[in-house]
Order: sequence, then C-alpha cells, then structure tokens
Amino acid sequence: MTQARKILLDPLVDNNPITLQVLGICSALAVTTSLLPALLMCVAMTTVAMLSGAAISSIRHYIPNNIRIIVQMTIIASFVIVVDQTLKAYAFETSKQLSVFVGLIITNCIILGRAEAFAMKNGVGMSFLDGLGNGLGYSAVLIIVAASRELFGAGTLLGYRVLPLASDGGWYEANGLMLLPPSAFFIIGLLIWAVRTTRPAQVEHPDYQIHEVHRTEVL
Amino acid sequence: MPESPKKPRRSRDSVANVLIVAIGVSLVCSVLVSASAVLLRPLQERNQTRFRQQIVLEVAGLYEPGADIDALFAGIDTRLVDLASGDYVDSMSADDFDALAAANDPALSVAVPADLDIANVRRREIYAPVYLVGRDSGPEQVILPVRGAGLWSTMFGYLALERDGNTVRGLRFYEHAETPGLGDQIDKPTWRSQWQGRQLFDAGGALRIEVVRGQVPPGADAAHQVDGLSGATLTGRGVTNLLRYWVGPHAFGPYLAKLGREAEER
Repeated sequence: MTQARKILLDPLVDNNPITLQVLGICSALAVTTSLLPALLMCVAMTTVAMLSGAAISSIRHYIPNNIRIIVQMTIIASFVIVVDQTLKAYAFETSKQLSVFVGLIITNCIILGRAEAFAMKNGVGMSFLDGLGNGLGYSAVLIIVAASRELFGAGTLLGYRVLPLASDGGWYEANGLMLLPPSAFFIIGLLIWAVRTTRPAQVEHPDYQIHEVHRTEVL
Repeated sequence: MPESPKKPRRSRDSVANVLIVAIGVSLVCSVLVSASAVLLRPLQERNQTRFRQQIVLEVAGLYEPGADIDALFAGIDTRLVDLASGDYVDSMSADDFDALAAANDPALSVAVPADLDIANVRRREIYAPVYLVGRDSGPEQVILPVRGAGLWSTMFGYLALERDGNTVRGLRFYEHAETPGLGDQIDKPTWRSQWQGRQLFDAGGALRIEVVRGQVPPGADAAHQVDGLSGATLTGRGVTNLLRYWVGPHAFGPYLAKLGREAEER
C-alpha cells in the first residue's frame, strides 16, 4: 500500500498543486476572504477531483485520443454541475458567497491536469486517491490562506470573534488589505517561500543564465 | 506508473468508436446532470423563497442575523393588489402567488406600452403582491416588489415605503448580475443606507426619485436623490428607471395614491 500512500500524501506538501505546480491560483484568490466559503470550496473541489478522476480512469481504455480532452471536460463539467446543484440545495447561504466559483471548478487547472496526467494512465482506485490527495493539497493551502485572511482582515474565524476589534472597543486594528485579492497573492507567495526553504529540492533551476561577454570573445 | 494496455487498442481511434464514446459519455452525463437538477429543485426553490422572505424582512428593518425567518415573516401581511385600480384583491391567495410566473402568463399580465416601459419590463402582472408590516392599526410600512433592466441583467428587489406611500425606508436587491466591483455595489450597506428618508414624489405630486451621477448636490432636490456609484452610471440609471416605473402610474401609482390618502385621513 506504499504506492497508495505516496499518491495520497505526496500532493499535500511535496508535490502540492498550488505551492509546487502553482495551479488553481485563481480560485485560491477569490474564495479565501473568509474561512467558511473556503472550506465549502475545498469540499466541492475535492469531490469533483475524486469523482472525475475515478470516472475518467474507468473509461480510459475507450476514450479516443483525438477527443480525449473534450470527453474529460464533459465528465468534469457534469460533476461540477451536480456538486453546484447540491450546494444550492443544502448550503444555500454559503453557495451564494461562492457565486460563480463553484461553476469555475470546471476550468480549475488542477482537475484537468490530474485527469490528463494521472487518470488517463492509472487504475480507478489510484485515480480516486490521486484526486483526493490533490484535493486535500489544494484544501490545505486554501485553509491556511483563508484562515489568515479572515483572522487578520476581520479578526474572526468562521465568524467567531477571535481578536477584539478596535472599532468595537478592543485592541486589534483590522487590516483591510487582507480582505482584498492581492493579500492572497502575498500569503501564497510566503507559503511557497516557506515550503521551498524547508524543501530545497522544489526550488526551480533558472531557465538560462546570463553570462558576461568578454572583449576577446567574437560575437 | 503507466501500465501495459489490456484492451485491444486498434479500434480506439476509429470513427465508430469516437461516435460511440462521444454519444455514450454525453448520454450518461446528461442523465446525471438532469437527475440532480430535477431531484434537488424542491429544496432549492424553498431556499430561494426563504431568501426572498429574508430580504423582505431586512428591507423592512425587522431582520436580525440568526432570527427565525418563518416566525418573523408570519408577522407580515401579504396581500394582492390590482395594479390598475390600486385596490386589494382578496379572491386569490397571496401566499402562493408567483408574480414572475404571472408576468409571463398572458391571462394574468398586460403588455407595458413601449413609451411607458422605461425599466424594460415588457409585461407586468395584473395583480402584484405587497407586504404590509403592522396590520393592527393600518400598515406601518409597505414593501413592494420591483424589477427592471440594469446594465447586464434584470435586477429584482424590494422597496420599503412608509405608510404615506412616499417616504422610502429602504431598497434591496435579491437578484442581479451587475458588474462585480462596480454595479454590484448596489448591495453595499453604505449605498443602501442612503435610501432611508428619500421622497419619491415632490409636493406637486411629480415623480422625482433619482440616482444621480456623482454626489447629490445640496439643495431642495436632495430629498429625492441618491449618490451615484462611480463606474456604474448605467446600473444607477437602471435603478432610477425601475423605481420610477414601479411607483409610477402604470404600476403601483394608483395603490400608493390611495395609501397616501388613507394615511392623511388617519
């Protein structure tokens, strides 16, 4: 089972879709102003990643090569719609905050990336685990970003007051920048820095090196 | 870990196989999608209704977060109004009345003449619901459903008026698709709060309510005007038009006139 373990746990830190592959950034910016919608987004994204991975893997021997992307997108889009409808029925308030971003899971690069790179080549069980692992890796980053944005931007976590605001007589001055999209960039950037400092293997090598031209060299 | 192909691969890219896979996947996926849409619709519609009730309560100033919407809404009297005459209609139940469905039903709606259709409503229902707050001593305030074209979308909302049928208590939209960050500021509390106390009509009875461009200039007209939203001039114009249509003579005008007379008599 070490194989399964590796598939499941690798995307958490060592091969995280956001911090290493820098995929799925768009939704990580949009839904992380507070923790509750981010959690719901994580559940939705992980569900779609697991189900679409398993479904695509189960028919991978029959999918013709030249229409494979369209077939993958159709399957992914269907699961996204099912998840979206379920959220609208059972988590109406939060799904209103997520607005279009559940629908935009269809275009989340992580899901199509895993379908094309993993589910098309591996068995159903492994693809399911791979979807779960990548969903959890995405979730881990989203939860860290959303928790810090809500905590420092509004002084709350999941709506409960943690830091008493100065405007209500407390001591904490809310940092409005944390509620704006750029702050998610900063936090993700800091996360990537932290991960790559502890795991230097993830540092990318420069694509090319500028070298000095000496006068003796003929251009 | 790429694995060796178990199934014969030669037919995989044939035209027949492409068609079979494409049709098969589409069929299975469409069944999945439509089944989820049909099975979950009752729950979603109940959520929508509750959300609209919550907006009605909010615009009336009765809602507090975490409150029981059903219990609060029970204190609101929903009545149907014949828009042409402005009289209440008691022959139909107002509770299950769907004004938007009625507006699409030729038997329950009338076409809006083009020169009056400033809000691009096209058809309006013959009977429209109103929500009355404080039923014992006559209504304290009335809440009217309004809708009309913004920049991108039809905006749906509720307008709360004092019992004189002229002074605005609040305006809230529950559905629109205006530009995120610009037009969708109509949902912002700071902008919404300006509506309180505005007057729809001036002393001469002329319809004056307006979202201006930029800030409201000081003067006598300020009682009828609300700041525009920068970058959302067309959304603001849409709000002006839909308010003017719905409180105007072709819609709730006759009803509001009656309401004003009743309030003066009391």
